[in-house]
Amino acid sequence: MTFNIYDFTSFNRWIDEGLNSIMSPTWALITEMAIIGIVFLLFYAVVGLFLVYAERKVCAFMQNRVGPNRVGPYGIFQTIADFIKLLMKELVYIKDSDKLLFNLAPFIVIIASFMALSAVPFAKGLHAIDFDIGILYVIAVSSLGVVGILLAGWSSNNKYSLIGAMRSGAQIVSYELSVGLSLLTIIVLAGTMQFSEIVEMQRNGWFIFKGHIPAVIAFIVFLIASTAETNRGPFDLAEAESELTAGFHTEYSGIKFAFFFLAEYMNMFLVASIGATVFWGGWMPFHVSGWAGFNTIMDYIPPFVWYIGKTAFIIWLMMLFKWTFPRLRIDQLLTLEWKYLLPINLVNILFMAFLVLMHWHF
Amino acid sequence: MTNNQFMFLLFSVVIVVFSLLTVTSRRILRAATFLLFVLVSTSGLYFLLRFNFLAAIQLTLYAGGIVVLIIFSVLLTSHISEKLAIPPVTKRIFAAIAAIAGAVLCILTILQTQFVQKTFDPARTNIRTIGEGMLSTGKYGYALPFEVISVLLLAAMIGSIILAKKRKD
Repeated sequence: MTFNIYDFTSFNRWIDEGLNSIMSPTWALITEMAIIGIVFLLFYAVVGLFLVYAERKVCAFMQNRVGPNRVGPYGIFQTIADFIKLLMKELVYIKDSDKLLFNLAPFIVIIASFMALSAVPFAKGLHAIDFDIGILYVIAVSSLGVVGILLAGWSSNNKYSLIGAMRSGAQIVSYELSVGLSLLTIIVLAGTMQFSEIVEMQRNGWFIFKGHIPAVIAFIVFLIASTAETNRGPFDLAEAESELTAGFHTEYSGIKFAFFFLAEYMNMFLVASIGATVFWGGWMPFHVSGWAGFNTIMDYIPPFVWYIGKTAFIIWLMMLFKWTFPRLRIDQLLTLEWKYLLPINLVNILFMAFLVLMHWHF
Repeated sequence: MTNNQFMFLLFSVVIVVFSLLTVTSRRILRAATFLLFVLVSTSGLYFLLRFNFLAAIQLTLYAGGIVVLIIFSVLLTSHISEKLAIPPVTKRIFAAIAAIAGAVLCILTILQTQFVQKTFDPARTNIRTIGEGMLSTGKYGYALPFEVISVLLLAAMIGSIILAKKRKD
């Protein structure tokens, strides 16, 4: 076996051949799926817990506080303690709710984000599914999450929940357009939707540098629209605590609430990953064409570190947004999307297509 | 039984069971949710056939678009305590006859058809082929229908905006 931190392809083949030599192909396939499922579940839980901790620390930093600092060094075990507390809480039984849909809603939200995460390339060969329609698949699957939010709001039989769900639905459905169109701008430049090819094409320069002006515009639009799509501040009117108590998850408690909470953070991680992969090269190290020595030095940093670094940077930006800007009103939110972002995006796609035709990109 | 056959059976059972639940449920939002499962399983069938593009479009348009639209309108119009009324016996009998006749017709047609096995590999119809087909004007080009459909959609969009707009008078 050749375990190589820069290329996981041989490692994958070693596992595949090992399993196929001791059992039938069907059972090997099932075992592989089970292994990948468990790895993703662990990854999901660890990243979710870490993001909650990071959010509290960033929030504290922005408000000139210390943040969690009692449980473990620098409070790093705080979220684990919180999680245990959530697990032990009572699941409150709502008398006049639609129990089937009420219990189903958190699962729809979490399954949608889980399925979308499976298409993200973490490093060379560290990739669960590599569709030829990668980006379209992620957009398609993540659009299912809103169904869970709408169901949660309606089945709770609570007016706060219902209003929260309606706001959230209107918001996600409209901002999905901008996310899709800004990604389409880069697809025009790349000429492919497959994530592995997109990353590979950025070997001699990330798309944000290759596509310069339209790529930067597309990235800014993507950042705004994806912050809105994950229901995060300043676009968190769906759970505006001053008016709607907690929005669509008002009636949820214990582990069901934790599902919504975790899914929100994982959606943030997902859009940051997509942004990092499509605009900033994913796991591809920083390369400048012509500087062979510099590129070799950059190649020594493992791809996974590059990927995590870029994703963490975008997440940090999104956290700064939440603690910097005041919350938008619903009319401002819809005006921003339909009157500003969407026209800018459409013109930007034309601009990018023109640029690609004229070969003005690098 | 091969893996593909097993997955096909799984998806078909889900589709059949949830289709029945969709039409028999008396709570309208539950029916919409069951319809969501039917549509997602259908896209699973497309993935199984390796028509990835079609599967993703099925998910975006039907599951993410139409079902969300249905749920949204239910949210605006109906209360949680509402249940659909049970239709009278005569109506139910006629509906059952119509449904069974339709099913019999479909099954008979399927049984009488001679299916020819094609050696066509769907993985070759990648997204590039689809895109070029949509926009080319030559042989196997669909530029004209594509444009006609876009004009139709634009007309529908403008029409709905005019209808929904407040009159000034």
